[in-house]
Amino acid sequence: MIPELGNFALILALLLAALLGTLPLVGAQRGIAAWMALARPLAVGQFLFIAFAFGCLVWSFIANDFSVVNVATNSNSQLPLEYRIAASWGSHEGSMLLWVFMLGGWTMAVALKSRHLPDEMVARVLGVMGLVTIGFLLFMLLTSNPFDRLFPPAADGRDLNPLLQDPGMVFHPPLLYMGYVGFSVAFAFAIAALIGGRLDATWARWSRPWTTLAWSFLTGGIMLGSWWAYYELGWGGWWFWDPVENASFMPWLIGTALIHSLAVTEKRGTFKAWTVLLAISAFSLSLLGTFLVRSGVLTSVHAFATDPRRGVFILAFLALVIGGSLMLFAARAPKVGGGGRFEAVSRETFLLANNVLLIAAAGSVLLGTLYPLFLDTLNLGKISVGPPYFDTVFVPLMTPLVFLMGVGPLARWKEAKLPDLWQRLKWALAVSLVTALLLPLAAGSWKPMVSFGLLLAAWIVTTTVVNIRERGRGVRGGIFAQLARQPRSYWGMIVAHLGIAVFIVGVTMVKGYETERDVRMDVGDKVTVGAYTLRFDGTTEIRGPNYRAARGAFEVSRDGQHVTTQFPEKRVYNAGGMPMTEAAIRSTPLGDLYVSLGEPVDGGAWSVRVYHKPFITWIWGGCLLMALGGLLALSDRRYRVVTQREAGAPGGATARS
Amino acid sequence: MSKKLLIPLGVFVVLCAFLLVGLWRDPREVPSPLIGKPAPSFVLAQLHEPAKTLGTADLKGQVWLLNVWASWCVSCREEHPLLVELGKAKVVPIVGLNYKDESAAGRRWLAQYGDPYNVSVVDRDGRVGIDWGVYGVPETFVVDKAGMIRYKQIGPITAEALEKKILPLVRELQKS
Repeated sequence: MIPELGNFALILALLLAALLGTLPLVGAQRGIAAWMALARPLAVGQFLFIAFAFGCLVWSFIANDFSVVNVATNSNSQLPLEYRIAASWGSHEGSMLLWVFMLGGWTMAVALKSRHLPDEMVARVLGVMGLVTIGFLLFMLLTSNPFDRLFPPAADGRDLNPLLQDPGMVFHPPLLYMGYVGFSVAFAFAIAALIGGRLDATWARWSRPWTTLAWSFLTGGIMLGSWWAYYELGWGGWWFWDPVENASFMPWLIGTALIHSLAVTEKRGTFKAWTVLLAISAFSLSLLGTFLVRSGVLTSVHAFATDPRRGVFILAFLALVIGGSLMLFAARAPKVGGGGRFEAVSRETFLLANNVLLIAAAGSVLLGTLYPLFLDTLNLGKISVGPPYFDTVFVPLMTPLVFLMGVGPLARWKEAKLPDLWQRLKWALAVSLVTALLLPLAAGSWKPMVSFGLLLAAWIVTTTVVNIRERGRGVRGGIFAQLARQPRSYWGMIVAHLGIAVFIVGVTMVKGYETERDVRMDVGDKVTVGAYTLRFDGTTEIRGPNYRAARGAFEVSRDGQHVTTQFPEKRVYNAGGMPMTEAAIRSTPLGDLYVSLGEPVDGGAWSVRVYHKPFITWIWGGCLLMALGGLLALSDRRYRVVTQREAGAPGGATARS
Repeated sequence: MSKKLLIPLGVFVVLCAFLLVGLWRDPREVPSPLIGKPAPSFVLAQLHEPAKTLGTADLKGQVWLLNVWASWCVSCREEHPLLVELGKAKVVPIVGLNYKDESAAGRRWLAQYGDPYNVSVVDRDGRVGIDWGVYGVPETFVVDKAGMIRYKQIGPITAEALEKKILPLVRELQKS
C-alpha cells in the first residue's frame, strides 16, 4: 500500500510540475498576475508530494518490504537501520528520486526566499525549475520507477553493495546532489533573465547566494566522495579520474568560474553574456554527468544502471533543456550589452583569465572522459583514459590559475598598474620562493615537484597576508578594528583561497613523500614505513551484523615506543559473498598510517599493504575550508540588508519593467 | 544574431550526435587487423621477479592468452574477477602485459584483486603494446601453438565472450 501511495504522490507531483512549468511562464509573458502568483504555491505543493514519495520509499526500506523490486535488490533484513535508510538512494531509481527530491527542495526554497524579487522574475525562475522537474519525474515514472513491485515477493533482499555500507556513503550522495541540483537555481535565473531581457547587477546579486550555496554543497560532496574512496576502496588513493568523479568535477570547475564571473557582473556590470553562459553550462554539465552515469555509454565503477531506453530518454531531455537554453542564449545574448570598460591589466582581466583557465580545465576533463566514447563512435577502438593524461594536463593549467589567484584580489578594478602590483607583491614572491626552496629540506629530501607545489601554496598564503595587511591599513582604529569591519564575503574569499593552499600542500606532500610497502607478513614480522614500525600479531575471526571478517592486529611503534594498535579487516558479506577490505587508518594532521589486509597466503601469513601518507588529511581539510569559505560569504550582511531594503521599497518590488 | 553566439550550441549538437551513436553501440565489439598474423615477439622483464624475463619464444607450442592490463585502468577491474576464475581453473596459461604502469602499483593491484597470471611482464613504455596494436587497456589476445594471433578481445572480457568465444576457441586450438 505504502509504495502505491508513493507512486501516486509522484504522479500528483508531476501534474503540479506541469502546471508550474507552464502557467507562471505564460503569465509572466502575458502579464497575467494571477497566473504568476500560482508559482509559489505550486512549487511548495510539488515539493510536498515529492517529499511524501521519498518518505514512502525510505519507509519501504526501513520496513524491509521485499515486494518492492528496488528494496529486494538493494537491501537485506540483516542490514543495519542506518544503511537501510541510505540504501534508499543507493540504487539507480532511488538516487533519481533523491535528485528530484532535492530539485523540489531547491525550488521551494527559491519560492520562500524570494519575497524581494519582482513577481515576473519569480514566476519565470520557478517556471523554468518546474520544467526541469517535469523531465525528471517523467523519467522516473516511465523508465525507472522506484516503487515497482516484485511478484512473488522475495524472501530476503540481495543486500546493498558492501562498498556502499559506510557512513561516508550515507552523506556523500545527498551533499553531492545538493550541489548538482543547486546549480539549477543559477540556471533558472539565467534563463529567466534571458526571457525577460533583464540582465543586470541586480540579477547577478540575486543569483550569487544560490550559486555559492550550491557550490559549497558540491565541494563538500566531492570531498566526502574522495575521502570515502580513500578509506573504503582499500588502496589509499584519493582521486581516480573515474568518469563519475569527473562528472562531478566538471560542474565544480565551471561553478567556480561562475562564482567569480558573477562577482564581476554584480560589481562592474561586465561579463554578462559570459556569466549567463557559465550558469547554463554548470547545470548542463550536471545533467550531462547524470546522463553519462545513468545511460551506460561509459564504463565506470559507478555505472550501475545500463539500459539504452533510459539513455535515450535522458539524451532527449538533455537535448531539449541544454539545446533550448543555448538557442535562447544565442538569440537573446546580443541584447544583453557589454557593460563597463576595463584595461588590459585590471582585476577584470585577471578574473577573465582565471575563468578561461577553469573552463579549459573543465574542457580537458570532458575530453578525457568522452575520448573513449569518441574513438569508439568513430570506429577507432576502445580505450581507457587514465591518470597519466589528467596529471599531464592539469598541472600546467592549475599553475597560472594559482598565480592569478594571488594577483587578482590585489589588483584594482578597471585599471591596475603592473609596477604597482610588483611593488606590493615582490616580498610575497620572495618569501614564497625561499619557503619553497627550504621547506622540502626540512621534510627530509629536496624534490623539484615538492618544491614547486609548496611554491604555489606559499604564494597563495603570502599574497593573502599582503591582502589582509593592506585591508587592515585604515584611517580609524588599529589594524584589527579595520579588519573587523571587513564584510563576511571578503573573509569567505580569504578562507576559500587558503583552502586551495591547504589542498595543494596535501597533494604535494602525499605525491612527494608517501611510502607504500606491499609485503608478505608472517605472525611476528615487522615492517617499517616512515618513522613507524608495525608488527603483525595475527588475525582473528569476527562476526558483524551481516558479514564475517578476518581481523588483523598490528602493533605500531615509533622509536621503540608503543603508539597504537591497528585492526584492519577483510570482510565477506553474507549476501553475495563479496570480499571487502576495511583499512585501518591512524590519522594525524601530519600524516596517515594506513594498513590493509590483502590476501591470506599460507600458515597464517597475509599479504599486507602498509602506507604512510604524509599530510593527506590536508587534501580534504582544504576542500572543507573552501566549502566553509562559501558558507561564510553567504552569511554576509549585504544579502540580508538588501533583502530588507528591497522588500521595504514601496512598489519597487512589484513594478514590471 | 551573431554567429559567435551559436558556437556553444554547435558544440553541444556535435556532442549529442556522438552520445546518441554511442548509446546504440556495443562498445565491446571491434574487429582486429592482427587476427591470423604471427604474434609480434617480445622479451620482457617479469613483474614479480624483474631479474627474470619471459619471451614469446618461451611460449611456443602451447595455446596462451595475453591480457593487457594496468593498475590505472578502470575497465580492468571490471574483467578481473573473470580472469581470476579462469586463472584458478588452469585451462590455459595467461600472460599479463602490465602496460604503461608503475611496477609497484601493478604488484599492489594484483595483491588486492588477485593474480590470475602465470606470469606478468612489464611493458613500461608501451613499445610492445604498439607492436601488438594495443589501442587501449584492457585487451586480450588468444595465441595458438604456432604463435599466431587467433582472437582479440578489445575492452573488458565479459562472461559471455569468455563462454561463447574465448574458451571454445582455446579448446579447439588445444586439440589441434
